[in-house]
Amino acid sequence: MLLAVMSGFILASIVPFSGKLLRGRWSFMTTALPGALFVYFLTLIPSIANNQVRLFSYQWVPSMGINFDFLVDGLSLLFALMITGIGTLVFLFTSAYMKGDAYLGRFYGYLSLFMGAMLGMVLSDNIFTLFVFWELTSISSFFLIGFNNESKASRKSALVALAITGLGGFFLLAAFALLGNITGTYSIREMIGSADILKAHPSYLLVMVCLFIAAFSKSAQYPLHFWLPGAMKAPTPVSTYLHSATMVKAGIYLLARFTPVLGNVPAWNHTLTIVGGFTMLYAAFHSIFKKDLKEILAYSTISALGMLVFLLGLGTSEALLAMVVYIVVHALYKASLFLITGIIDHETGTRDINKLSGLRKVMMPVSIAGLLAMISNSGIPPTFGFVGKDLIYASTLESEILALSLTTIAVVTNMLLLYAGILTGVKPFTGVLPESFKEVHLPDWRMWLPPLVLGIAGLILGLFPVFIEGGIVMPALHSMYPMAPPFHLMLWHGFNLILGLSAVTILGGLLLYFLFKPGLRHQTWMAKLYGSSPEHIALLFSRKFRVFAAVWTRLFQNGYLRIYVLMIISFLTVLLAYKSFTQVAFYINPAKISPLTSTELVVMFILIATVLYAVYTPSRLAAIAAMGVIGYCICLIYVFYSAPDLAMTQFAIDTLTVILFVLVLYRLPKYINYSSWLIRVRDGLISLIFGTLISILALEVLYEPTNKETTRFFTDNAYTLAKGKNVVNVILVDFRGMDTIVEITVLTIAAMGVFALLKLQLNKYDQEL
Amino acid sequence: MEIVLAIIVGLLYASGIYLMLRRSLVKLVIGLVLLGNGVNLLIFLLGGLVRGKPPIIPATESILGEIYADPVPQALILTAIVISFGLQAFAIVLIKRTYIVVGTDDLDEIHSTEEEDDY
Repeated sequence: MLLAVMSGFILASIVPFSGKLLRGRWSFMTTALPGALFVYFLTLIPSIANNQVRLFSYQWVPSMGINFDFLVDGLSLLFALMITGIGTLVFLFTSAYMKGDAYLGRFYGYLSLFMGAMLGMVLSDNIFTLFVFWELTSISSFFLIGFNNESKASRKSALVALAITGLGGFFLLAAFALLGNITGTYSIREMIGSADILKAHPSYLLVMVCLFIAAFSKSAQYPLHFWLPGAMKAPTPVSTYLHSATMVKAGIYLLARFTPVLGNVPAWNHTLTIVGGFTMLYAAFHSIFKKDLKEILAYSTISALGMLVFLLGLGTSEALLAMVVYIVVHALYKASLFLITGIIDHETGTRDINKLSGLRKVMMPVSIAGLLAMISNSGIPPTFGFVGKDLIYASTLESEILALSLTTIAVVTNMLLLYAGILTGVKPFTGVLPESFKEVHLPDWRMWLPPLVLGIAGLILGLFPVFIEGGIVMPALHSMYPMAPPFHLMLWHGFNLILGLSAVTILGGLLLYFLFKPGLRHQTWMAKLYGSSPEHIALLFSRKFRVFAAVWTRLFQNGYLRIYVLMIISFLTVLLAYKSFTQVAFYINPAKISPLTSTELVVMFILIATVLYAVYTPSRLAAIAAMGVIGYCICLIYVFYSAPDLAMTQFAIDTLTVILFVLVLYRLPKYINYSSWLIRVRDGLISLIFGTLISILALEVLYEPTNKETTRFFTDNAYTLAKGKNVVNVILVDFRGMDTIVEITVLTIAAMGVFALLKLQLNKYDQEL
Repeated sequence: MEIVLAIIVGLLYASGIYLMLRRSLVKLVIGLVLLGNGVNLLIFLLGGLVRGKPPIIPATESILGEIYADPVPQALILTAIVISFGLQAFAIVLIKRTYIVVGTDDLDEIHSTEEEDDY
């Protein structure tokens, strides 16, 4: 099992380097991996048939309770089969669709990475591995959306998608951390046992909201839906695979997975019903105004996702059953429609529904696939879509509250979706073939076969739903709703209200298609609405935020060294002043003050005078000389207070510095004041306040008791251990000898730098400057 | 004595910072030197002032007696003096080189790596 999940990652790390081999005729070989995985997961069906689960456990970070616990139950197997099954068809489709692309290897790499991550996510029982895989799907989605990285629109869409799904990721981590803390386990399986504790816990709402934000961002629910239409900038196989059939259902999966843990609480159910219901209506409504095939599909996908959330919100066993069936239905027909769009785009070069017509004459198999997808989408018998829609109506009608309104919403959404389905699945193939498309021909079988397979699968499952009823649908329902009574999926329930609603839906959708033609008036109307859409607000926010960041950066990182120094010093001054005036009791202990001899007094006086002179003198040479005098005065202070080593060093270094200064800076420009007097007064004030604070602090610290333990160690051991009488020297060359070596190294590097700078001959370019 | 020395330390800090806030590169380096001296003196002051008792073990003893200047701050300052010399030497030569290449020691004219200010 570990191999099954990891194989995606392994392939992803090999494929990009296979270069030429892959670009040739062997490209379809990559299809073998999802194909093999699909078969492997099919073989697992019997093991879960009687609502059993299988757990594959591998240690990862056992000390932190993070393991690869792969749980195979109905829900995870349903998703795993979708991921690998549709993956197989998409991989096959890609080999023809992207033929000759220079970066095909990279593309397959991202796709495999995604497949591995998605499989890992749906199979993980440990919440932290689930989180890691969840984020990996976002990242692979980012790379795939931005695959045409030369297009600005692609890059922008990729960033928006990453920002939104990444935001969701943060909330997911928060939700998981809370869940782990409350329940004391990182295993979802074990959390189900603590469901009652969780629901009574004060943090329950917080967990729920975090989880919802994560799921809504990933599954494109209003108001976090707007990244999905943008994500359609990706090559069509990506739109099919990630942004319609699998990845966007990760949020649905998350909600479904946590339904037994957190669900069946009014807040949970009502929020999901409202958000899902609004999203499905909102997106379906938008889809009918779009002109681009992919945009229509994007909005109808959002609408379908809304439908799934809506059903999760109803939360009854019928609704959850309807959800499971609708996941399969939607994956089949939507993937098919996307692939068909890909074919049309690839062969004709346009996705504008107003330009496309009559294509059935040149690509018959594709138009059959389109028709099959459309009737499944519309819920026309005998397709699986009909079974799915029946169940949806059954569950809304049985709702305890607002049954009528919920049913109405579902019916209206389905009518609009039917309209979108006809536009994308049938419209391009009917009518007259325009002159410009005469040259269009049927593409490679690797392209038209996958949508046809999906269409036929929808038909077969509709006729014989028993094929997946016991193996997949019931176990999946059982993982969400352990008490669910047995159901039988059926195509024909006899003449009843539900059938009537289906008929109303189909008729309404067809009427809409023939009577409603969106025109320019609608376009301007929709454009006005855009001002209040979440997309507009989010983009506006990101723009303003960037402006703010630029202003902020320019304010603080303005490139002027002295402004940095000024800010640091001012801040430090304020902080020190505040602390020392509020928390330090200022006093001077006269007993500790040593008397001052006249010699010392003279030296100190000279020192103070030269410091002032060094600051004010208008002559550079005088300033350097003053600097030298300051150094010698300090040298004398060291002499007075028992530091002969320091005095000698200071003397030598000071002399050297002054000589170097004079020699090197001999021919510099005039030593002038660049700043105005106002700035100089400001700087002077700040410096003086800072200096005063340092003086006060120095006096304060001086009377704090000091710990002389380190000193004691050195004075005791300097002779006994290191055989040296000068303790300072012994510390430097013996006890801290390594530090001194490093110091010498630093000096050497500085010396080399000095030498290089002095010897460097300017080349021609520099001289021209 | 300590009070006077504390004032001197404060003065060295103040003048060092003031010179570092100037636009002239030469003043910047002089400020750096003064600030370095101020820091050294501060450490020295905080180590405690002892007159005429250097931390040198007398020839007849094997450990240091009770009253002596603290050797630890002295060792620290010694290192600091030497390192700051390395820094100063490099800075001085760098100023020289900068002046040769750019033709000014005004920091405001060389605060960008671009030839022209393109903010």
